[in-house]
Amino acid sequence: MKLILNEEQQFLKDTAKNFAEERTPVNHFRSLRDDNDSKLWDMDIWQEMVKLGWSGILIPEEFGGSNFGVAGISVILQECGKTLTPSPLFATGVLGAHAITHFGTEEQKNNYLPKIVSGEITTAIAIDETSHHDPLKTNMSAVLKDDAYILNGKKVFVVDGASADIFIVLARTSGNSGDNTGLTLFIVENNQPNIEVTKLSMADSRNYANISFSDVVIQKEDILGDAEAGGEAIENILDIGRIAISAEMLGNAEAAFESTINYLKERKQFGVLIGTFQALQHRAAEMFCELELTKSSVMAAMQGADDNSNELQRLASLAKTIAGETLHLVSNEAIQMHGGIGVTDEYDLGFYLKRARVVEQIFGSSKFHTERYANISGF
Amino acid sequence: MSELDNFRKEVKEWLDSNCPKSMRAGADPDTPIDEVWGGRKAVYKNPDSKIWLDRMGEKGWTMPTVPSEYGGGGLNKEEVKILNEELFAIGARSPLLSFGIWMLAPVLLEYGSEEQKKEHLPKIIKGEIRWCQGYSEPGSGSDLASLATKAEDIGEHFMVNGQKVWTSYADKADWIFALVRTGPKEPKHDGISFLLIDMETKGVSTKPITLISGKSPFCETFFDDVKVPKSNLVGQLNAGWAIAKALLQHERAFISNFGLASGMGSKKDIISIAKKHLGEENGKISNGFYRSEIASHKIKEHAFGLTLQRAGDEGGKASATASMFKLYGTEHNKKRHELMIAAMGTDGVAWDGDEFDDSDKNLTRSWLRTKGNSLEGGTSEVQLNVISKRVLGLPS
Repeated sequence: MKLILNEEQQFLKDTAKNFAEERTPVNHFRSLRDDNDSKLWDMDIWQEMVKLGWSGILIPEEFGGSNFGVAGISVILQECGKTLTPSPLFATGVLGAHAITHFGTEEQKNNYLPKIVSGEITTAIAIDETSHHDPLKTNMSAVLKDDAYILNGKKVFVVDGASADIFIVLARTSGNSGDNTGLTLFIVENNQPNIEVTKLSMADSRNYANISFSDVVIQKEDILGDAEAGGEAIENILDIGRIAISAEMLGNAEAAFESTINYLKERKQFGVLIGTFQALQHRAAEMFCELELTKSSVMAAMQGADDNSNELQRLASLAKTIAGETLHLVSNEAIQMHGGIGVTDEYDLGFYLKRARVVEQIFGSSKFHTERYANISGF
Repeated sequence: MSELDNFRKEVKEWLDSNCPKSMRAGADPDTPIDEVWGGRKAVYKNPDSKIWLDRMGEKGWTMPTVPSEYGGGGLNKEEVKILNEELFAIGARSPLLSFGIWMLAPVLLEYGSEEQKKEHLPKIIKGEIRWCQGYSEPGSGSDLASLATKAEDIGEHFMVNGQKVWTSYADKADWIFALVRTGPKEPKHDGISFLLIDMETKGVSTKPITLISGKSPFCETFFDDVKVPKSNLVGQLNAGWAIAKALLQHERAFISNFGLASGMGSKKDIISIAKKHLGEENGKISNGFYRSEIASHKIKEHAFGLTLQRAGDEGGKASATASMFKLYGTEHNKKRHELMIAAMGTDGVAWDGDEFDDSDKNLTRSWLRTKGNSLEGGTSEVQLNVISKRVLGLPS
């Protein structure tokens, strides 16, 4: 496994860089944030992404996708992350596409994958039930009754949940909260009256929802993967998601860092450029090192995913930990080094800080993944 | 069979008949182990160490990419990869540790005259001459360019007077590559030359320095009216600073690689130490505070290893990013030792006597030794300066 991009991946990255710079500079996000009625992503921009084939990067060619792999979608998210581009690409093009491609029945694949590729539907994955990520702590119940399952419970902080057409829901078909057995994944279409979707207002102004299910009836053929085997499937889906979101976080951090370095080269105080101050130079150099480690970790994780590495779990936790810590550091230092302008709403930098703290929580914080890394490593 | 397959077969067969059994994995554990640095003063506890060095040196495989006209292996990148894989496969010991190979040879190849390459490279490669590095001086540490050891033009020769400090293993070395001031009136960076000096020359003397670890890997080196032939000048007169910097990049890359790959200092595994001294429950280190700190450390180690690998895959030459590897590798190594001794409690600070295991006492000394890692070859602060100026382009 080489820790470099191949030509295809480099091409996708270049295309995404141009797209983000030209079509979705940070002002695009700002205008969505300022529009109270928006779903916090823009349908026209999403359809442009769809036309570029991004919704089908993880989907096999027979269903209309390009099958360019996790590295392919990750470098796109990295570039989109640089301009804080909001879109359903992560929840749909990564999570939904990967989940259904890998665990779906032929019928499910035929039904949903072409619609994901064409941009006809978006998806969201509903896992957590408390403010801390922990799939095993699933309480939501799915009880078998007369050949159908009855779903009851509440999911929180569902990424892109406020707009999704399809939910992939983790529920407990047996056992108790904390057990790693007895979990099952269901595909639930968002067209039933007893599903209540509540849009959340989070610090990063992106699309999230809490979703309540009361006596929602799900047919057996809507199980994703095998009944009672949802625990393993969800870890795989989450790991792919963790890797892809780590790439986006790397992009966030790279942009905040670049902005900071540029500021150090133009801002004058005491008659000199503040970039001449060693107190700032050394902190900038330390951030550079952390960013290099992050690039390597994300690269290894995304290439490992495409190589079917048996280290996938460890690499995913490595990437999410390092990306989280680096983005945390860089988002704080960027604000401090920019001085007062960094804490004004008019300046874009604050968006990166707010996005950082939210995305750090998605599918497990650095603390969660540090412990998971230790568990997997046998200490 | 492709040419490379043929090459692999040749390497396998050659190693099979030429690598002594005691130089491979699975050797009798009672066989004495030499740290082979070569040179005129070398002594070997195991005669196989010398045989293995001579055979590898004769093939030029201690520096496999150097052209064979200079005594190197003359191999291309793919062949070197195969050679390394086959050496790894039999668990072969490194035949030679050498500042000549790690630091001097790369700059001789770039800056040396044809005569200098022909004279010195084969002896470096065969391990016949052991080199040491004469850079730092009592008044010139991080501010290396302020060095004062002077070399005056006296016709056929330079007359060298002055003192170097922190010369690694000067007392065991045969030759020294030294930075000397040849242009006392020039701006400080423009009056420095790079000179090769035979340590047997009259007027050269050394004195070991005892460190806080109790060991003496470094010396002071004195030059008292030392006559050095002008043919030993590498590159142009007063143009030594560029060579000095190029060599430092090789040194930094080496220190960071060596620090991580071979576990500079103690090779002990922090996890087994923690489990032994702090206890374990269900395979986990019992103390949660230590466990989380160790986990964070292991994650950084993993990411740093991947960064070294990525730099290799990108085909990166030694560049300003060598500073990052030097900085990170040494700081990480210090942290690793701090965590190890902390996990060991009072056994981690054992110094001497029969109440403690040798390995515990050695770890104490290794821990102290790592404090020098972030000083030698440019302090961590100097590396941060290099990164901020040369990589990030921040203003001076």
